[in-house]
Amino acid sequence: MTDFDIGAAGPPLVTLRDICVSFGGVHALDHASLELCAGEVLALVGHNGAGKSTLAKVLSGACARDSGTISIGGVEAAISSPRDARQYGIETIYQTLALADNIDAAANIFLGRELKTSWGTLDDLAMEAQARAVMGRLNPQFARFKDPVKSLSGGQRQSVAIARTILFNARILIMDEPTAALGPQETAQVGDLIRKLKAEGLAILLISHDIHDVFDLADRICAMKNGRVVATARVADVSKDEVLGMIILGKCPPGALAGPGAVDPSRFDAPAHTAP
Amino acid sequence: MKQSRLRLPALFFRSLGLDTRTLGLIATLLLIWIAFHLLTGGLFLTPRNLWNLSVQSSAIAIMTAGMVLVIVSRNIDLSIGSMLGFVGMIMGVIQTDLLPKLFGFEYPATWALTLAAGLTFGVLLGALQGFIVAYIEIPSFIVTLGGLLVWRGAAWWVTSGQTVAPLDDTFKLMGGGPEGSIGAMWSWFVGLGACAAVALSLANGRTKRKKFGFLPRPIAADIFLGAVACAVILGAVAVANAYPWPPGIVARYAQARHIALPEGGLFIAHGIAIPVLIAMAVGVVMTFLAKRTRFGRYVYAIGGNPEAAELAGINTRWVIVKVFMLMGFLAALSGAVMIARLNAATNAEGTLAELLVIAAAVIGGTSLAGGVGTVAGAMLGAVIMQSLQSGMVLLGVDTPLQNIAVGVVLVLAAWLDALYRRRTTSQGV
Repeated sequence: MTDFDIGAAGPPLVTLRDICVSFGGVHALDHASLELCAGEVLALVGHNGAGKSTLAKVLSGACARDSGTISIGGVEAAISSPRDARQYGIETIYQTLALADNIDAAANIFLGRELKTSWGTLDDLAMEAQARAVMGRLNPQFARFKDPVKSLSGGQRQSVAIARTILFNARILIMDEPTAALGPQETAQVGDLIRKLKAEGLAILLISHDIHDVFDLADRICAMKNGRVVATARVADVSKDEVLGMIILGKCPPGALAGPGAVDPSRFDAPAHTAP
Repeated sequence: MKQSRLRLPALFFRSLGLDTRTLGLIATLLLIWIAFHLLTGGLFLTPRNLWNLSVQSSAIAIMTAGMVLVIVSRNIDLSIGSMLGFVGMIMGVIQTDLLPKLFGFEYPATWALTLAAGLTFGVLLGALQGFIVAYIEIPSFIVTLGGLLVWRGAAWWVTSGQTVAPLDDTFKLMGGGPEGSIGAMWSWFVGLGACAAVALSLANGRTKRKKFGFLPRPIAADIFLGAVACAVILGAVAVANAYPWPPGIVARYAQARHIALPEGGLFIAHGIAIPVLIAMAVGVVMTFLAKRTRFGRYVYAIGGNPEAAELAGINTRWVIVKVFMLMGFLAALSGAVMIARLNAATNAEGTLAELLVIAAAVIGGTSLAGGVGTVAGAMLGAVIMQSLQSGMVLLGVDTPLQNIAVGVVLVLAAWLDALYRRRTTSQGV
C-alpha cells in the first residue's frame, strides 16, 4: 500500500500509516492509512462509527493509537497528546468545538498558549487585541469579547473555535463537522474560509456528512467504513452516487484507489468496477 | 437603542463595570449588619464587635480562598478541617518540644521555623490527595472524605490526644489579640499603602487600555471607584483604631514598661489584627493567582470544560494537583492562626471547618458545578456567615438555633444564585 499518491499534488505533508485503534474488542480503526498534502482539502466521509473522527483524533493527539505511524513532512512524528500535535502545527476544530463555556472568547482563543506580560502574568489586553484582529477577519460583526462563550450563538462559538486554529499559523487543519451547527449563511462563510486557508497552503482534513459540501470544497475524498479505508479518489474522478456507494456499500468505483476496506468487487455484478 | 432610555445614574453605574453578583453580596452583608445593629440595640456596629468579627472571620476566610479554586475545578476538599487539626498539632509539638530542645525556649526564629514546617506539611498532604485525585482518578469527594478520617486520626496520634500549650510568644501573635495587632500607626501605614495600590492599579489599567487602543473607562468612573475603595479602606482602619486595649492589659503593659498611667487610663488602639492582615494578603494573592496567571486561567477552563482544557494542551492533572497543594497550604496557614488564637494545639481543632468553608464559598457565589466563583466573593461569604453567627450570639440565640439559621441561609443563597444565573443567561447578557 505505498501508492496512495492518487491526486496528490507533490509529496504528502502528512502520512498516517496502518493506524489501529480498538476500544475494548471493537476495532475503531483497522490499519487505516491516509496522505494529506499542503494546499489541499481532503474530505473524510463515512457513516457514524466508520472511524472518521477517531482517525482525526489520532492525528490531533486526542486519541491514543495502538499501532501505526504518523509522519509530518516525511519525518516520523511523535504525537501522543494534543500538546504534541500543536507543536507540529496541527490544529483541530472539534465537532463539539471544545470551548470552555465559562471564559470569554479571547481566553478561549488563547487557551493553552496565553500571552504573558514581562512580569509573567496574563496579558489579557494583548490577547483581546489579537483576538479582535483575527475575529475581524472571520466574523466582523462579532463584538462580545468580554462575555463567557456560553452566551454566544452557535455561529459565534464556531468562529471562536476557528479563530483559535488560524491565529497560530497552523500547517495542518483538522475540521470535524465544522458546519453541523450552522445556518446556510454561516456555512457559506466557513466554506469561503476553507478555500482561503487552502490557498494559503494549509493542509486541511475535512470531516463531513454533507456530500454537497464535500464536492464543493474538497480536492480528494477518502471514504471509510467499519474502521477501514474503502477508497480514495479525486473529486473530479467520481460522481456523488459513486461516493455514496463507497460510503454505504464499501464499493470502490473506477477512478478511485481501493483501500483495505473495499469489498470484493465480484460481489457486485459489474466486472467493469474492478479496482486498479 | 436601549441605552438612550437609561438615565444618567444608570449609565454611570454601568460605566463602572462592576460585577453585580459581588455588589449583591456586599449589599447583603450591609443589610445583615444593619439588621443586627437595630435588633441588638446598637451592639453590632461597634469598633469592638467589628474588630472581633474580623478576627473570627479570618481563619475561615483564609481557607475559603483556596476552596474556591478547588470547587471551580470541579472538585471538593472535605479534609481541610482534619488537615488543619493535624498540621496544628505538628506545629504545636515543633514549637513547644522539638525546637526548644535544640535552641531553648523563646528562640526568635521558632515561630518562623514552625510555620515553615507546618506550611510544608500542608502542601505535602494536599499534594498527596491531589495526586490520588488527578492521577489515580479517584473522585475528590472520596479521597478527601478518607483524608477527613485519616488526618483527624493522625492529629490524635501526634501526642496521643494531649493538648499542646502554651505556645511560643511570637507565634501567638498570628492569632490576634491586643499584642497580635499592629497598632494605630502601622494600621494607617497599611491603609495608605493599600490606597496607593488601588490608585496605581487604576492608573495602570488606563495606560494599558490606551496602549492597545481600547476605550478606557471614563475618568470620572475611575476616580469614583478609587475614592470609594480608599474610603472603605481608611474607614476600616479607623474602626480598628477606635477599639482600645482593655484597661487590665494596658495597666500590665504600662507596668512592664514603667510608664506612669495617666488619670483616665491610656488609650492604646488595637489597630488591624495580624490574622486579618494574613487573610487580606491571602485574598490579594489568591485573586492575583486566579485572574492574572496561567494557572488560574487553567483552573477555570478545567471547571468550564475539562475535555476542552485537555484538548487545548493543558496538563490538567498537574493543575489539579497544584490546586490541592494550594488548599493544603492555606489549611496549614489557617491552622497556625487558629492554634495561635487559642494558644494551644488540640486534636479537635478545626472540626467541621470544612463544612463552614464550603458553605462560605457557596454563599459567596461559587457553583458546585464548577467553573464559576471568585475569591473575593467567597471571602465575603465567609464574613457574611461569621456576621450571622456573631449577631446571633449578641442576640442570645442558642447554638442549635444558630446552626439552623446558617443552614437555611446556605440553601437560600444557593437558590438565589441559581435564580440570578438563570436570569442572566436567558437574557444572554
